[in-house]
Amino acid sequence: MPDDSIRCDACPVLCYIKPGRTGSCDRYGNHDGKLVRLDPHVVLDRAVERGDSVVPFLERSRDWDGTLVSHGETFVTAIGAGTTYPDYKPAPFIISSQVDGVDMVTVVTEGIFSYCGVKMKIDTDRHLGDECSTVRSQGEAVGHVTTSEYGSQMLSLGGVRHLTGGSRHEGTATCDALLQLSNGNAVELRIDDGAKVVVQAGKPPIVDGVQEERMRVGCGSATIGMFAKQWFGKVDDVVVVDDHITGVLSEHQAGKLLGIPETGIKLKGRRSTPGRYFQVADPGTSWGGTNIDDPLSILGKFNSKKAWRGLRLLMVSTTGEHYAYFELDEDLKPREKTLPSNLSLSVARIKENCEPALCTVLFMGGAGGSLRAGVTENPVRLTHSVRDALTRVTCGGAPVYVWPGGGITFMADVTRMPQNAFGYVPTPALVAPIEFTLKLSDYAELGGYMESVRPLDSVVSESEKRKRIAAHVENPWPLESRPQKKKK
Amino acid sequence: MKHRAQIRLLPDGRRLHLQDGPIDLIVEAFGESAEINKAYGACVARFEGVLDELCVELTLLRKACCVHDVWPNGTVARRMAAAVMPYATEYFITPMAAVAGAVAEEILAAMLGAAQLSRAYVNDGGDIALHLSAGEKFVVGMVDRPDQPSLFGTTTLSSSDPVRGIATSGWRGRSFSLGIADAVTVLADRAAASDAAATIIANAVDLPGHPAIVRVPACELAPDSDLGAHLVTQNVGLLSALEVDRALASGIATAKKLLRIGLIRSAALNLQGDTLVVGMQELQPVSPPAHERILLHA
Repeated sequence: MPDDSIRCDACPVLCYIKPGRTGSCDRYGNHDGKLVRLDPHVVLDRAVERGDSVVPFLERSRDWDGTLVSHGETFVTAIGAGTTYPDYKPAPFIISSQVDGVDMVTVVTEGIFSYCGVKMKIDTDRHLGDECSTVRSQGEAVGHVTTSEYGSQMLSLGGVRHLTGGSRHEGTATCDALLQLSNGNAVELRIDDGAKVVVQAGKPPIVDGVQEERMRVGCGSATIGMFAKQWFGKVDDVVVVDDHITGVLSEHQAGKLLGIPETGIKLKGRRSTPGRYFQVADPGTSWGGTNIDDPLSILGKFNSKKAWRGLRLLMVSTTGEHYAYFELDEDLKPREKTLPSNLSLSVARIKENCEPALCTVLFMGGAGGSLRAGVTENPVRLTHSVRDALTRVTCGGAPVYVWPGGGITFMADVTRMPQNAFGYVPTPALVAPIEFTLKLSDYAELGGYMESVRPLDSVVSESEKRKRIAAHVENPWPLESRPQKKKK
Repeated sequence: MKHRAQIRLLPDGRRLHLQDGPIDLIVEAFGESAEINKAYGACVARFEGVLDELCVELTLLRKACCVHDVWPNGTVARRMAAAVMPYATEYFITPMAAVAGAVAEEILAAMLGAAQLSRAYVNDGGDIALHLSAGEKFVVGMVDRPDQPSLFGTTTLSSSDPVRGIATSGWRGRSFSLGIADAVTVLADRAAASDAAATIIANAVDLPGHPAIVRVPACELAPDSDLGAHLVTQNVGLLSALEVDRALASGIATAKKLLRIGLIRSAALNLQGDTLVVGMQELQPVSPPAHERILLHA
């Protein structure tokens, strides 16, 4: 017997268990040389990592008392509860015949979406990649970079062209990325000629290994406007470095109004309006979403006719994450000095006014003809009914935005859906829940399958079963559906 | 070992969950309520002691099967040995390959010996023994990736079919596999037979020497594994369509052989999203839609 193995005496099989592994039952494991009881079929490392699913070694067993009435207490933890069902066994079989198929008809539909994808908003000013650049997962093209929005970069992932229009690997990788993102898991994306970013719904993005903390307070110009009064009298000039619009206090309208004199500062880049500069540097993942590490690299020589020895200059990024303070020497060269405490307050305030940076994942899909035909014999009437607000569409119970125009193309926030709401078929395509809620009378009117409608009572036991199928043992999803709201 | 085993009714009030060591059963009987009670009573009585019986002969059961072996004594152990014996001359296999199916079979037999049931199943971690009286049927769904549950196929088993055992094997499952199949599902006349056959076919779905396949000696993972130093699959990288076809073809050849000599009735082989079926046209890929989830194409 190898030294690092331990012998489990929980049952007569008496397994020798290697560190980090479980015995033949998958219930007991060797964690750092100690025998621990795990919830069945949860990989040891993950269970220990999560810290919540390792339970005491000896659990009092509860014998069946021979009655056919179920116990009130039964399941102790959610994780433990799930594992007792065959649905969860690694052996891939489900006996679905509990009700023999016939009374399992339900009004809730799961659609196979070939036309679907994820619209992703990543709160960062760092340059993730050029617009239209290919976004890759597992080395395959799964989407592209689309517009920059205020403080955020948008990505469009998935879509039918990646799912079924490319190679088999491309389709599989796309389906997997969409599934993971939609189910609230983290996915690593690589953008051609751009950054590597780890994204997860409701979590901060991790750009090239660095976790993004906050969104910018505003563009460089807006930041000047917001903080001009607080800087007035404490510093002679301020440059807010921003890849989009870099602001200069002494030239900016806000500075002019306060009577701040010219400083002879010279910015590189293209001047837009007074005190506002485009393209002071190239996009990047450093100061204000530019590629500069040395803020002075965006400054030209100070105008000797206007600048003066001792001129105080603050340079700061739009998130307050980067800042530097300079004073001009006798040659009018900026010399870095310690940031005076009355200025560090304003830098802190920029930080304070930045919202936490998050990734947002909206699932977008289109309910096409055959899905609608599954709801009614007259599919276009369903569309009309949705348009007329007689029928409410939800996605796993989450509210959706239905696009105006033809068809039923909708978007939904995946953080508002239950865990593991999404599945897939090998087509590859995503399986997403979609519910059409409407009055029974309206349903009859639009040609619904009235003979298939069942009272809720008759599907309760099955709906419980569905839930079990949907739950995901590996999902790191927090229990509350919108964790980011609490932080404020 | 009454106090080790956990036995309880699931909250639906119909299914019995029995667990003792690595044995984990979901049992459901259908019929008159008094008969179900009798059946569950017999089920519990037989269950207590099954693990101890097996463990007495564990050393023998973990040895590679050979036609000259002495037969084990326990009834479950004998079911195991009988199920793997047909493969003994040609393949490496130990009676442990059929343990789950054999336990399921034994428990089902105990229930049927005590009660009149219209239908019943004993599901031992996915290896299932079935009972169907005349005119009855079961609908069974198949899942290829337990971590991402979605049905890839479904089948209906009727009393007129000879199938009374279903088993699945694959490297993602609880037991080690020598092959790379995500899931091989076998329908056979008995649960233990399907268990052994699924193991053999899943082992045959393989690409020997392929660099994307991570293999580790079984004993390095579990020192007392019945597979000893045999290399077991721990990970399979993404394969090209051609490679998937080649690996599946190798499994299909084995499955067809077993079919010809009557060891199995049907098999569905799943590898990285591709499914191939041999035997009766019972195992159907996912269209038409799986029975229990209404899947409609958008």
